[in-house]
Amino acid sequence: MILSILAATPIAGAVLLALLPREPAPHHRAKYVALGVSLITLVLSLVVMAKFDQDAGGYQLTEKHEWIKVFGAYYSLGVNGIGITLILLTTILTPIVILAAFGDRLPDPKSTNAYFAWMLAVEGLAIGAFAATDAFLFYVLFEATLIPLYFLIGSFGGPNRSYAAVKFLIYNLVGGLLMLASIVGLYVISARQGDASFLLSDLQNLDFSTNTERLLFLGFMAAFAIKAPLWPLHTWLPDAAGQATPGTSVLMVSVIDKIGTFGMIRWCLGLFPGASDWASPVVIVLAVISILYGALLAIGQDDIRRLIAFTSVSHFGFIILGIFAFTTTSLAGSTLYMFNHGLSTAALFLVTGMMIARRGSARISDFGGVQKIAPIMSGVLLVAGLSSLSLPGLAPFISEFLVLAGTFTRSIPAAAFATLGIVLAALYILIMYQRVMTGPLKAGNEGVSDLDHREMASLTPAIILIVGLGFFPQPLLNVINPAIDEVISHVGKGDPAPKTPVQIDESATQEGGHG
Amino acid sequence: MIATFSSATDLPPISAPDIEYSLLAPVFIIAGVAVLGVIVEAFWPRSSRFLVQAGLAVVGIVAAFADTIWVFTDLDKLDGSRLARGQVAAEGALAVDGPGVFAWGILLIFGFLSMLLFAERRLEGGLSGFTGRAADAPGSASEAEAIKHRVEHTEVFPLALFALVGMMLFATSNDLLTMFVALEVLSLPLYLLCGLARRRRLMSQEAALKYFLLGAFSSVFFLYGIALTYGYAGSFRLSDIDVAVTNRTGGENMLLAATALMAVGLLFKIGAVPFHTWTPDVYQGAPTPVTAFMAAGTKAAAFLALLRVFFVAFGGSSWDWRPIIVAVAIITMFLGAVVSISQTDVKRMLAYSSIAHAGFLLVGFVGAYAGAKDSSRITSTSSILFYLTVYGVSSIGAFAVVTLVRDSGGETTHLSKWAGLGKTSPVLAGSFALFMLSFAGIPLTGGFIGKWTVFSAAWSGGFWWLVVIGVLVSALAAYFYVRVIVLMFFTEPVGEGPTVAVPSVLTTTVLAVAVIATLGLGIIPGPLLDLAQHAGAFVR
Repeated sequence: MILSILAATPIAGAVLLALLPREPAPHHRAKYVALGVSLITLVLSLVVMAKFDQDAGGYQLTEKHEWIKVFGAYYSLGVNGIGITLILLTTILTPIVILAAFGDRLPDPKSTNAYFAWMLAVEGLAIGAFAATDAFLFYVLFEATLIPLYFLIGSFGGPNRSYAAVKFLIYNLVGGLLMLASIVGLYVISARQGDASFLLSDLQNLDFSTNTERLLFLGFMAAFAIKAPLWPLHTWLPDAAGQATPGTSVLMVSVIDKIGTFGMIRWCLGLFPGASDWASPVVIVLAVISILYGALLAIGQDDIRRLIAFTSVSHFGFIILGIFAFTTTSLAGSTLYMFNHGLSTAALFLVTGMMIARRGSARISDFGGVQKIAPIMSGVLLVAGLSSLSLPGLAPFISEFLVLAGTFTRSIPAAAFATLGIVLAALYILIMYQRVMTGPLKAGNEGVSDLDHREMASLTPAIILIVGLGFFPQPLLNVINPAIDEVISHVGKGDPAPKTPVQIDESATQEGGHG
Repeated sequence: MIATFSSATDLPPISAPDIEYSLLAPVFIIAGVAVLGVIVEAFWPRSSRFLVQAGLAVVGIVAAFADTIWVFTDLDKLDGSRLARGQVAAEGALAVDGPGVFAWGILLIFGFLSMLLFAERRLEGGLSGFTGRAADAPGSASEAEAIKHRVEHTEVFPLALFALVGMMLFATSNDLLTMFVALEVLSLPLYLLCGLARRRRLMSQEAALKYFLLGAFSSVFFLYGIALTYGYAGSFRLSDIDVAVTNRTGGENMLLAATALMAVGLLFKIGAVPFHTWTPDVYQGAPTPVTAFMAAGTKAAAFLALLRVFFVAFGGSSWDWRPIIVAVAIITMFLGAVVSISQTDVKRMLAYSSIAHAGFLLVGFVGAYAGAKDSSRITSTSSILFYLTVYGVSSIGAFAVVTLVRDSGGETTHLSKWAGLGKTSPVLAGSFALFMLSFAGIPLTGGFIGKWTVFSAAWSGGFWWLVVIGVLVSALAAYFYVRVIVLMFFTEPVGEGPTVAVPSVLTTTVLAVAVIATLGLGIIPGPLLDLAQHAGAFVR
């Protein structure tokens, strides 16, 4: 029941906001209602976390009701360690985003209610998608997230927003519809083998022929690869992030895109382990290309928002690489990376968004020497940037290291090329920082003021978490690891045995350690 | 000679046909009310005739709907074959079975909603949306006079009811002659209704003429198909044709020709490519309430007839016709989706969208999955019934929105005039956006569940690759639905922008019903799906 309440709270908040009468500027009531709802959701998610038994493993806090009998679709929720981590990410980021978005200048100020209502709708649907243990329910929620994001980009973004919104929607819809074909296929196969059911636990017991499994896998994977986004299906992301407001970008990249990588773990690996294994060489190559391509293009960007979008393409490459390397280490790294990347990208998008709003331009070449007049902003950008390039001591480092360490045991070339991505990351972040913040104050930047209290309040939690998890990631890993073990044992690959002889007994090697 | 004349006892006894009045009561009610409408037209004073006609039509439809529910629940008591429930009635002319009665139900719902749109008078300053005196030449002095005297055609209600009777019979006819008669009964009033628009009368008359000529042409194909089928099977009864087709040992050519000709007639009515060319012109020219009625009703009735002919009569030769229908389905989906992208008129765009939807429905149809006794898997028939319900209600809703967006010349259907509608009237634009999302098949709308069911029926019938094509075309189709949303919400209005007329309670009711049904069927489709699934197969 608690999961339903958790997902329903933001949705109810969104409906409430839609019903609230519009008030004259500065629209404080809508903002505070939205913030309040998101904080309540955060508290609820902490309650969920407290109720979640870390050692028990499996799906917990489950609830199940029949939904559409003919389809075998259930309203079935439950969380494992991976799901709860991402739910937590969602509930932490949403209040941060909402608080940071207080100052957003909207094209039509009258639509403030709608702006925050759509944000809360995204949060609720995302929580639902992370908690769904029924393929049909997951699909519906996964696709439904497109609608609020589409309106967020299209109604509240920059001058090219409607092009970006349509591109975003069509790309994601193509993937989603291919997944729909697979969902239909699952239904038919499941109905042939008895009563139709979309429950994860029932679907895992289906017998597929090899070819069927591969085709169904491709449908799911297409949707997730576009969502994640994996090269060469990524081109919608820079456009969307370049036009959207910073808050929308955070929700899109840090939360909704995570449903893609999350879906790969829960649905691709969970339902089609054989096909996932079959496809892994190709996916790994694409992931490595994503890492390098995203990083190289990030270096070449002049628009800060597009730069961050390309860094995300690179980071998602790492996450996908870790997933398809099929080792407990890399998979745990990927899951942790989803959380950390969410935080670090959120901090980057938000702080650069504040910069851009002050300067009135997103071009790196328009900035220069801002550090002198806005030291706090510059400091936050530095921390966020360094976290994005995985500086040790900041959260993403741990996860990137785990991914690479895990991948090394599976494929040395893939890991070696992926490691190059870290070097490139240093380039794109540091060059950007240098041009924007250091040097003499460039003309036109005089009006850039430092962060005010509200903005600091919104960014502080993200920065604290980035630093804190950089030194002490174990609490999160304790939640994640039992779930990862289950996934790996389901895929049935197991960790590869070390090639160098080790002085431990055979059984310990079979079990595989963490990190 | 004289002997035969003198004694009546020499004549063979003529027994009165055995009509199951209670089973067929919904059809009789609508037919009776339509006839009554004609009488009212002749005798009731003109001043209050409009209200009487509208009231009569609505009450008749509600009564028929209530009776339909009763008939549907009673079907369980009748014999039927293994999967089908219901019986052949009226000496074999009609088949009152689950799908047929379900179709009556949805046709009556479509009829009810359309009648409310027909009766809307607030938009034209107290007059209905139909021309005052159809006989006047457009722009003539007598037309001006008719407008001045506020003359109205109240025949539209009985005409629509006759069309509704035709649709109901078309959906349940069990022999080909009845089917042909039903086809004509449904078409003729519609030809006439198309030409009765109050505004843009030349376009409306052109639409009526086009529809009539092409419709008559396709009817002849259908009739020729019936003749060949009779020649092949020696009977008009669908079940006899089935026996002949299933036990055939030769004569393939004649069967193929008969199948093809009948398919032409039926595919014309559902608006499938390459027999679709009438659709955009007629949809655009016809008065919008009539377009709504046609889009929802004709398509539903024609699909039921198509299913009945091909599943019952030609079920035995499905290997012969399925490849062709697959091709038609693919072309229809694709062409409907691609061409609608370039449309600049809302009504034409909705027409092409209806073509695309005919294609998606055909995908479910070619699956030809009839189900098994102990499985609850979605069958082709139930998937199409569900799809038709959702599509029909959303279509009527969408056309209801079209009637409200106006400028000084009446409805403004040019898309550029719709720019910025989301800012001036968010509720109206929001409901139109919802219908668009439903047409596009986005989850949480009825359209998504509908798409899902037809795709699963196709997959069950072994056409998984057609499902993949179907989803890709859906993405293409989504583009143009989304384009309308972009226009309404993300584009600044040009100049003055459209005005949105404030409708009376009638159109508001239609909109509310359509919105609630579109959302409700997306979130809780279970009950209606169970009902469609429970309708079972066709009786023979």
